[in-house]
Amino acid sequence: MWVITFLSVFHALRAEKILQKQGIDVKLIPIPRELSGSCEGLAAQLAADDVKRAVIILTTNKIEMVRQGVEVK
Amino acid sequence: MKIYLDNAATSWPKPEAVYTAMDRFQRNIGANPGRGVTQSSLASSALVLETRELLAELFHIDDPLRIAFSLNVTEALNVALKGILLPGDHLVISSMEHAALARPAFALREKGVDLTVVPCDSEGLLDVSDLAKAIRPNTKMVGLLHASNVTGTIQPIAEVGKLCREKEILFLLDSAQSAGVLPIDVNRQCIDVLAFTGHKGLLGPQGTGGLYVRPGIVVRPLKEGGTGSWARNMEQPDIMPDCLESGTLNTPGIIGLGAGVRFILEQGLERIRLHEQQLTALLWDNLQKIPGIRIYGPADLNARTAVVSFTVDNVDPNQISSALEADYGIVTRAGLHCAPLAHQTVGTIPGGTCRLSPGFFTSEREIDIAIHAIEEIARKYRR
Repeated sequence: MWVITFLSVFHALRAEKILQKQGIDVKLIPIPRELSGSCEGLAAQLAADDVKRAVIILTTNKIEMVRQGVEVK
Repeated sequence: MKIYLDNAATSWPKPEAVYTAMDRFQRNIGANPGRGVTQSSLASSALVLETRELLAELFHIDDPLRIAFSLNVTEALNVALKGILLPGDHLVISSMEHAALARPAFALREKGVDLTVVPCDSEGLLDVSDLAKAIRPNTKMVGLLHASNVTGTIQPIAEVGKLCREKEILFLLDSAQSAGVLPIDVNRQCIDVLAFTGHKGLLGPQGTGGLYVRPGIVVRPLKEGGTGSWARNMEQPDIMPDCLESGTLNTPGIIGLGAGVRFILEQGLERIRLHEQQLTALLWDNLQKIPGIRIYGPADLNARTAVVSFTVDNVDPNQISSALEADYGIVTRAGLHCAPLAHQTVGTIPGGTCRLSPGFFTSEREIDIAIHAIEEIARKYRR
């Protein structure tokens, strides 16, 4: 699965809202353990095909990301 | 029956939605926002985020996450002043400031910050050219109260903002008396740091407030602690809003504040302002007919908010305020209103004034009763 991670829970929640408005399906999940170095909190899980567009949308909306789309098992 | 005319101190009553939103949260959710990954915490976080978004809409802020919550505007102003200024920096304020800005400013002066207080005229208005003259090479910030809590005088903040931006000086606005009543646009008015309180014009509960910090400005936190983020690090995170929000937030209060701001956005600022102006006109036109009365601040309704301060010759304002409540059930506030500089400016030191501050829920009938009561009291005590 593909995830994007954020600086805080509030950033993740705001990202979820913005992406949903743009018609991208996201689900907030706890940050997968294998993403070492990340903070605790939430990640947005999304379809591989949507990652590129989601990162662009979030960048334009100035939502800072820690991992701009990474595949985890 | 109580007639409440002290909305400049705290607004009352609140919109029904404020009470129900807080009650619903306390009974049904109650979880700590921004902590852990449970759906309960997420539900809290989502509601807190919603309040940020509503505030961002009201103040025309692009990124709601640049808003950090605080206990009140006093805390927000303390964070802004003490978290930005260093010894050797120069701070400029006006002579109409409330203690919330003036006291931390004078405390910083003791620690080596240069401070200039620019005098305002007898109606409380700041002349922007006087402000321009006060600017020095080391001027770092201008801190200004948008509308006076003593006279209702509205300062020319767009001009001040423009001047500050040109001179590359930070503009800190204290919106305690204006948020929820006057239009505030952080971009158009060039506001770098906006401090607000939740319990006055924003119609939320006491114990809420916050500050907006323009992207690129770093504010050192006054307190460090748990933020729910970057938990492995022993250093405070530097991201907004987490860096300024250590410890559990006043979540029920913030949710109530959100309901208050939603009410304002639904009603529209213009409608709220118009109602308050009508009440102010009614007060002004009738009070000025009372022998021995003096009313302070500008007569022009567009130059003032719904704060009407008055004195009656040879009568202690506290006596008027006490009589208004004891004999007529009318709640007002007398004295110096935590703003001795402002009272000095308009010439009401040391006794202060009696202040009437109607709000959106005040009716014309209540104002009529208050006018009649003040007429009677003035007649009785002036003898």
